[in-house]
Amino acid sequence: MATLTTEMAAAPREAQSARFAALRRREQWRYLFLLAPALVFLTAFYGYPVASMLMRAFYDPSWGGQNFAPLVEASSTVEVLGLSLPMNVYLRVFWITLQIALVTTVCTLLLGYPVAYALSSISPGRANLLMMLVLIPFWTSILVRSYAWMVLLGQEGIINEALTAAGAIENPIRLLNTRFAVYLGMVHILLPFMILPLYAVMRGIDRNLMRAAGNLGAPPAAVFRRIFLPLSLPGIAAGCLLVFILSLGFYITPQLLGGQRDVMVSMLIQQQVDLLKWGFGSALALVLLVLALVIYLVFTRLLGVERVFGSARA
Amino acid sequence: MTATANREMRGDPDGLGALGARVVFDRIEKRYGAVVAVNDVSLDIAPGEFVTLLGPSGSGKTTTLMMLAGFEIPTAGEIYVDDDPIAAVPPYRRNIGMVFQNYALFPHMTVGENIAFPLQMRRMSRAEIASKTGEVLELVGLPGYEGRYPRQLSGGQQQRVAVARALVFNPRVLLMDEPLGALDKQLRERLQLEIKALHEQLGVTIIYVTHDQEEALIMSDRIAVMNEGLIEQFGQPTDLYDEPATRFVADFIGESNFIDGTLTQHDGATACVDVSGLGELHAPARPGYAAGTVVALTVRPEKIVAAENGSAPGMNAVAGVVEDVVFVGEMRRYVVRMPGGQRLVLKAQNRIGVQNFERGDPIRVCWNVADGRIV
Amino acid sequence: MTATAPSARLPRADASAVPRPRQRARSSFSLGRALLWVVVGLVLLFLVFPVFVVVPVSFSSAKYLQFPPPGWSLQWYENYFIRPGWVDATFLSIRVALVTTVLATILGTAASLALVRGRFPGRNAINSFMVSPLVVPTIIVAIGVYFFYARVRLVGHPLGLSLAHTALALPFVITNVSATLHGFDERLEYAAMNLGANRWQTFRRVTLPIIRPGVFAGALFAFITSFDELIVALFVSGSGAVTLPRKMWDGLRQEIDPTIAAVSTVLIAFSIVILLSAELLRQRSERTRTATWAAEEEEGLGARE
Repeated sequence: MATLTTEMAAAPREAQSARFAALRRREQWRYLFLLAPALVFLTAFYGYPVASMLMRAFYDPSWGGQNFAPLVEASSTVEVLGLSLPMNVYLRVFWITLQIALVTTVCTLLLGYPVAYALSSISPGRANLLMMLVLIPFWTSILVRSYAWMVLLGQEGIINEALTAAGAIENPIRLLNTRFAVYLGMVHILLPFMILPLYAVMRGIDRNLMRAAGNLGAPPAAVFRRIFLPLSLPGIAAGCLLVFILSLGFYITPQLLGGQRDVMVSMLIQQQVDLLKWGFGSALALVLLVLALVIYLVFTRLLGVERVFGSARA
Repeated sequence: MTATANREMRGDPDGLGALGARVVFDRIEKRYGAVVAVNDVSLDIAPGEFVTLLGPSGSGKTTTLMMLAGFEIPTAGEIYVDDDPIAAVPPYRRNIGMVFQNYALFPHMTVGENIAFPLQMRRMSRAEIASKTGEVLELVGLPGYEGRYPRQLSGGQQQRVAVARALVFNPRVLLMDEPLGALDKQLRERLQLEIKALHEQLGVTIIYVTHDQEEALIMSDRIAVMNEGLIEQFGQPTDLYDEPATRFVADFIGESNFIDGTLTQHDGATACVDVSGLGELHAPARPGYAAGTVVALTVRPEKIVAAENGSAPGMNAVAGVVEDVVFVGEMRRYVVRMPGGQRLVLKAQNRIGVQNFERGDPIRVCWNVADGRIV
Repeated sequence: MTATAPSARLPRADASAVPRPRQRARSSFSLGRALLWVVVGLVLLFLVFPVFVVVPVSFSSAKYLQFPPPGWSLQWYENYFIRPGWVDATFLSIRVALVTTVLATILGTAASLALVRGRFPGRNAINSFMVSPLVVPTIIVAIGVYFFYARVRLVGHPLGLSLAHTALALPFVITNVSATLHGFDERLEYAAMNLGANRWQTFRRVTLPIIRPGVFAGALFAFITSFDELIVALFVSGSGAVTLPRKMWDGLRQEIDPTIAAVSTVLIAFSIVILLSAELLRQRSERTRTATWAAEEEEGLGARE
């Protein structure tokens, strides 16, 4: 005990506490050391380039210094709920983009929900096997899938040939380069993004809850509506958010499958850059980004969706 | 690493049979922000002792153990192992064995690889590792299990492998964090005895964490009862049971009756407690209590007997009504409602000569004044 | 007490007190399920059919897109392998993707460890920043990087592509590795350190082997992200670094050349290989994960010991 007491006396409590605090801080510095390379890298090759590009919206004089002006100048007006709002060619592109994103989200939800529901109700082994059919397109390049739709929908594409052969139509109908083609392509590409989060959430639902509800006298439809559907809401929220946000930035598919009028914001931005109207392009990009962020924040705050992007792939 | 430090890390090189180390916690404190997880804990654990940290979840017992193992750094205080301060030493240089909750066996390694791991970290030769691995598996009763994976073992076998892995490098201190928590009752009881036998055989200092008071009573030389970061009492199992220092200890260890009252007289050897509606009861006096204090008189249910008549000197006697009877097999458990409304639980042996009561029967109970305690 | 006594004391079940739940015929229930599976089958067909449509086209003997193919030929594969540019573009894409994979996997795994384990201020903000390339429309990243590269002269350089792709791929590595780390029992690391392993040894011998499936999955995502990436490539590949997607894009914009069907078929075969390896990884990770908690689940087994 003698050695202990001298040791204790020799080390004042405060000094010792400070030493321990330093040790704990060093522990946290270790983590920052692990984080730093990725952080520096992302800042250099993503954060800084994107930020400085967005800043052009404020100082690049290519549009007389007023990069946002073309967006708010009304060439016509549009009636929405009795209000007359300004409308012009650029706002219309935003409007089309939102419309496409919304239709795509609703369609993927309507098609994806039954698939996720059915797959979550069978044994995981069999579900994984069927999930392959969802994952094969998921892992296939967007370019390849868009090309496949061109092959299907073209004037001499498979659908037109088949319809002609069956005598349903006489002359090939215009399928490619329409809004319909854009919807088809985008729903096809984004459907896995809806199914995967839905499936993950549904797998986590305790099946005994459904049995309990049935035991308490609820018929299958009521079990679904009162128990399963509310419990699957986090999956619905996550899937919809993911699909909607990804839709907003689509470029390749509408470019290849859409018609003249189906211009999405990404395409407009690219056009402006091609025309060297960098300032205006940046302004459009800024608006698009703010739109995506606002939707993301509203969704996550309202519905508490976290880890939405666990299995995402753009 | 210096040669002495290296030897230090290997522990006793002569084989299994290292003597335990002394472990001292000196005014250890651990805060997380404003929350105090461990508050001013001081313990002096003798070499080779089996000490249990007992408490409900959130009492700070695991945090205390983690600080000794080195996974948490205290906010104040120091920990000594054999006079060496270790609170700031990284965990991998402490040479303290540990059996984790759910064992933390490496799932991607075989039993042999799991046990060889600490020896490889200590740069032992392959031959040495093989012989030590075999030896320690023999010790825990699993010879020849080297090639199995943890997932191929039962819970009890996994537990033994975890013990073997923690002992193979001859640590002088062994920590066990709820090591039997995942097992069913029968197996748990058997392993308790095995661990105790191992402790006697090896002489290693064991610091054991559990929330199971029965397990603590069976296994420990001494028990530290923890509650809300504080040590409520540190002592031998019999002391804790017979002379609980606080109401918490009396309540947490075994079953206790608490009769609330006011201390009216507190001098000499006996204290008087005035219980409203009941009158005065007596208990041994405790230093540090003054007359007028609101206290509880605690007495164990098995110390109370049903007495037909009269009150002998040195006994507390109370008349009441049987409110509930539960037949438990070897005994009957009565809940007695006393005048004034407080209830008393007592246990009566189920044997010839002991009178049985039914619900609603009047009953007269008494207990020895020396069996009561003021808390 | 007789056996009949309890039922005698119980009130008789009164049918009128609580209405019995409506009984639906069992057949309508299974009819509903049959309908569900028909819908599921159609949706799965919708997902898979277009992907495989390009396969017969790639073996067509027609000079332009025609269906059904008038005859079979390997001419488009011949084109792919002989016509200048295609094979070069493929190899360039593979090179760019490999560099991306290595960079993103190392940076992302280290960052995930810090983000999951660390308790430093600003952790959530940093996490959001690091996964934000998933949410930010790629066109914005592409143009930003393009302006930046124009200044530092990285346009048309394969390394420039790899660096930009690494930024896009990092979120995938981080989300995959973080998910595995969240399911990782930290006590295993404690155990390793307690047994004498320092931090690096703990990582090498315990953490990495157990989170390896997540790291591999992240690496696969990183590879595919880069290999299929078009939008950034459109802006920064210039004429010096034409990747396969860029080459295909140019082909699609000019005329629908069935060579692209041949390339697509090769890519689909490639994705299926990747998918199968990912599936194998997943199964393996599941096997190791169950091992850790086997103790808790096999209490019964322990009793019979």
